[in-house]
Amino acid sequence: MTQLQARGLVKSYGPTPALRGITLDIDEGEIVAVTGASGCGKSTLLHCLAGILRPDAGEVHWRGHRLDTWSEAARSRLRRTEFGVLFQFGQLVAELTAAENVALPLLLAGTGRRAARTAALTWLDRLGVAECADVRPGEMSGGQQQRCATARALVTEPRVLFADEPTGSLDTLAGEQVLTQLVRLAREQHTSVVLVTHEPRIAAYADREVVLRDGVIDHTGLGLDAPLAGGSR
Amino acid sequence: MNSGLVSTPHLLLGLLATGTMHGYELKRAHDTRLPQARPLAFGQVYATLGRLLRDGLVASTGPERLAGPDRTAYTLTEQGRVTLDRWLSSVEPPMPYVNSPLFAKVVVALLVADVDRARAYLVAQRRAHTERLRELTALKTAPSASVDDVVAADFAIAHLDADLRWLHTTLDRVADWHREVHS
Ligand SMILES: Nc1ncnc2c1ncn2[C@@H]1O[C@H](COP(=O)(O)OP(=O)(O)OP(=O)(O)O)[C@@H](O)[C@H]1O
Ligand SMILES: [Mg+2]
Repeated sequence: MTQLQARGLVKSYGPTPALRGITLDIDEGEIVAVTGASGCGKSTLLHCLAGILRPDAGEVHWRGHRLDTWSEAARSRLRRTEFGVLFQFGQLVAELTAAENVALPLLLAGTGRRAARTAALTWLDRLGVAECADVRPGEMSGGQQQRCATARALVTEPRVLFADEPTGSLDTLAGEQVLTQLVRLAREQHTSVVLVTHEPRIAAYADREVVLRDGVIDHTGLGLDAPLAGGSR
Repeated sequence: MNSGLVSTPHLLLGLLATGTMHGYELKRAHDTRLPQARPLAFGQVYATLGRLLRDGLVASTGPERLAGPDRTAYTLTEQGRVTLDRWLSSVEPPMPYVNSPLFAKVVVALLVADVDRARAYLVAQRRAHTERLRELTALKTAPSASVDDVVAADFAIAHLDADLRWLHTTLDRVADWHREVHS
């Protein structure tokens, strides 16, 4: 089943166009890499799909329901229950321990304290950072923080995980470990993943790669040949 | 002497350092330890063993030649161990020559054709590289992957990744390059 559909998404920041008509379907359990040069609109697309940003024009459909016209409250409820979000720098709450950070989305969704803590510990263990449960982010390595952030993004067992350069702050091996676990767990749960990255080796983990260029999907996937079309002699 | 090719004699000496083996056992050990390597033919194993024997780097045990090469087992000699140790202690020259078919093909495309031809090649090569990158990523992340598989795939992935970066930046530079080639 199609989880997410984007239809003709257009988005500008003031005079700067970021998306210039993006149409895209993402299936249940599908892992889609969004790639392209810096500034081509990857993060903007991710934010529109996740209902964080509203497009200026075009539509986003979530399992058949148009989502971009929903109220902020309704979209944020959807993000809490059905979506998981993971950014380059984990963005854990500094004052909370790892377990409290991971339990947070469950508490916000109304799960009881004890059940939330149990689930948090389970997910920290799955990501291989059980030992960080009672440690605050400031005392963890970047790799440990990113694993905790991944646990937090997956603890609600979301239908879609939005990950924007999730390994961008990590060295090759640490990044790979986080990504391997993320992909394995997503596959186990049939979670769809929108994986924004500029690295070919990260994109290679996805089922499909969508290449953006200047706010549109480069259908050829060729990226750089377009400027020349018609321009050479 | 870095031709970019693996020295089969040293490789076989190394495998024999783990114990006496028949030719077919050597071949099997090679394929296990170096998955995804350029295939090593039986004939090449025996030819190499013959040379190592001649040079006194290995010794044969068993009914040599009488019952065919398969019955012969090979052992590393002291001299073989010294040769192996020297090889292990020497650092390979890091890319002494820029000797890539990718590079050469773009140069020739720019010489005999135009920017579009060079670009078309770069784009096609990039697609092929990306496909292979995906294949190897699937291979190494499969639950059945051994550490041998992962380490071999890692090597290939890192090199494909580097090639891809080069293909990418060269696509950006190809127009300038063409001007220079024809100036
Ligand atoms: N908050 C903002 N205000 C103004 N312009 C913005 C804002 N966010 C993004 N842009 C612009 O919109 C375009 C697309 O940006 P976006 O962040 O989506 O690109 P990106 O592909 O994620 O880039 P990167 O790989 O560098 O993260 C760029 O030209 C960028 O400068
Ligand atoms: Mg971005």
